Amino acid sequence: MAERRIVTGNYAAAYGALLSRVEVIAAYPITPQTFIVEHVSEFVNDGKLDAEYMPVESEHSAMSACVAATATGVRSYTATSSQGLALMHEVLYVAAGLHLPIVMPVVNRTIAAPIGIWCEHNDTMAERDSGWLQCFCENNQEVLDMVVQAYKVAENTKVLLPVMVNLDAFILSHTVEPVEFPDQKDVDEFLPRYDPKHAYLRPKDPMVVGSFASPEYIQEFRYQTEESTQNAKEVIRQVNDEFAEKFGRDYGGAVEEYRMDDAEVALITLGTVSATTRDVVDELRDEGKSVGLVKMRWFRPYPTEIIRDIASRVKALGVYDRAMSFGTGGPSYMDTKSALYGHSTIPVLGFLAGLGGRDVMVKDIRLMFERTLEAAKKDRVEKEVTWIGTRGVQP
Amino acid sequence: MKMKDLPEEDWFVNGHTACPGCGGATVVKIAMKVFGPDTITYFPANCLLVFGGTYPLNSFKVPYLHVLFENSAICAAGISRALKRLGKTDTSVVAFAGDGGTADIGIQALSGAAERNEDIIYVCYDNEAYMNTGIQRSGATPFGAWTTTTPVGSVEAGKGEYKKDIPRIMMAHDAPYVATATLGFIPDLLKKLEKAKNKKGCFRYLQIYAPCPPGWRMDASLGAKISKMVVDTGLWTLYEFEDGKMTINKKPKMTPVEEYTKLQGRFRHLTKENLAALQKYAEDKWRKDQALAEAYS
Repeated sequence: MAERRIVTGNYAAAYGALLSRVEVIAAYPITPQTFIVEHVSEFVNDGKLDAEYMPVESEHSAMSACVAATATGVRSYTATSSQGLALMHEVLYVAAGLHLPIVMPVVNRTIAAPIGIWCEHNDTMAERDSGWLQCFCENNQEVLDMVVQAYKVAENTKVLLPVMVNLDAFILSHTVEPVEFPDQKDVDEFLPRYDPKHAYLRPKDPMVVGSFASPEYIQEFRYQTEESTQNAKEVIRQVNDEFAEKFGRDYGGAVEEYRMDDAEVALITLGTVSATTRDVVDELRDEGKSVGLVKMRWFRPYPTEIIRDIASRVKALGVYDRAMSFGTGGPSYMDTKSALYGHSTIPVLGFLAGLGGRDVMVKDIRLMFERTLEAAKKDRVEKEVTWIGTRGVQP
Repeated sequence: MKMKDLPEEDWFVNGHTACPGCGGATVVKIAMKVFGPDTITYFPANCLLVFGGTYPLNSFKVPYLHVLFENSAICAAGISRALKRLGKTDTSVVAFAGDGGTADIGIQALSGAAERNEDIIYVCYDNEAYMNTGIQRSGATPFGAWTTTTPVGSVEAGKGEYKKDIPRIMMAHDAPYVATATLGFIPDLLKKLEKAKNKKGCFRYLQIYAPCPPGWRMDASLGAKISKMVVDTGLWTLYEFEDGKMTINKKPKMTPVEEYTKLQGRFRHLTKENLAALQKYAEDKWRKDQALAEAYS
């Protein structure tokens, strides 16, 4: 029987690895991720998880060990945050380029400078072109479920790409919530053992993994990664549905729509702000305002078709970002505009709030909706990017 | 293993594109004859990765993995841990890295793997500079040597610092097996490769002197000769460090270093003072290595 326990997001991320029966774990501490690798080491030392635990010397080495272990033919796992992810940067590209289905929770933490340990998405956003798929979580249940789902998506032969499972620093990583723990037997049925046909290191059937390639070949490799990324859209939907069928939790696939049936405007969110936004939507609905939430769950591959469909049903879109691409706007805002260009003329507004881990309040989200409703009414964008809750800056 | 017992078969086969007289290619060819078919290899971004075959060509009959430059030891360790999960602990996992990838950018991962006693063989083929990128100074470049980043100018000429002693650093990790070798003493090299192969389940480090004729500005036929001379001068001590015990395998003749340097264009500019400094370095090194062997006897 599935068991309900009160755990942190970090524990949920670690338990997802246990349920996925990972075989090689590479571990390196960084706040606020550290508890994940601590919990996994406890599972291993208590005999609950039969795996090789590698306490390595850096995040660069952690990702390198995962690449090598998965290239050899076993399921591998690591977790990181912020500077740790930045240190992994060049290895991330190799994992994706070699089509190695590694899954890594990333506890989203601000990147220095200034150095801080609280939530911002500028760590994973910097890796959005690395070839990794990325999903964002709203609560601890979703963290656990998405680690298991991520392996299923990553190891699908039409995809074979690594996945980051993103969870907001402290808001999820260190906060306890009730989480239903699925039965191991059910997870085993859902997620069979990793048995690669495309990349492995076996002396009796030798293969080169990571060959030096010339301009004659590299473009085709890039095209294959693009194909896999596109294929992931359908696979994400299938895995979501299969998971819902087996475990009773349906997350809606790449995007979850909340009270969108007759919404005039919507706010697109990533991460835990989605939870606050649900409440704000309910409040505004009670006040007679026709608003809805678009919770972006999978940011890579970017759900272009879904966003175009949503845009065809509303009069304006607001996009909340917890990271800035300086000089332009938040990455999610830019991707939304890019997806809609040539397909929709509705106003799209970008909102920045909660950078460096600052709380995003109900009033902040209300302001985002107010501005978006105003833009819908006027059918034009008066201010493209609005910084909310910034000292000395009028929103 | 004696030379006559070496198998005819190669696992690093002809057709690769290394330069004539390449010490690195020779090290790998001989090492693969000893390690044999039940081996998985790892190469960082080095000459070997390029001359070993560019896609879709390949000169290896065993699997190899390449990931990046600075992570040879951890990638080999990742392979080894995965093999343990798959129940294939007999397979040798061997990283072949150059001196730049070992002494400089790769030393963090190397140190970690040694400290955790990962079940891998790490072979550093030491050609004393970054050769793949075109002869730049590394931590393992010897004193005085010309490289493209220690050019012979009117104010400064050649490397001003001494060679970083990686085997000694590996000994400081109490690694179960550390050995030095050169292509000038093949029976000694074969013995060490074989020991490294058969000493399973632990971390093994070999540093093998590997002449690079274009990088050293030297005739391609001189590899074996120069590999003997480096030992005779005292610039390179042949030794083994096994389970805490250090054994020197050959007493140097202490031939003047000038006999060695004059055969290589990279040392052509050395002044009398430079040569005296290098001579003193060779004498000091031999004295220190003897003292170490005494301490670890």
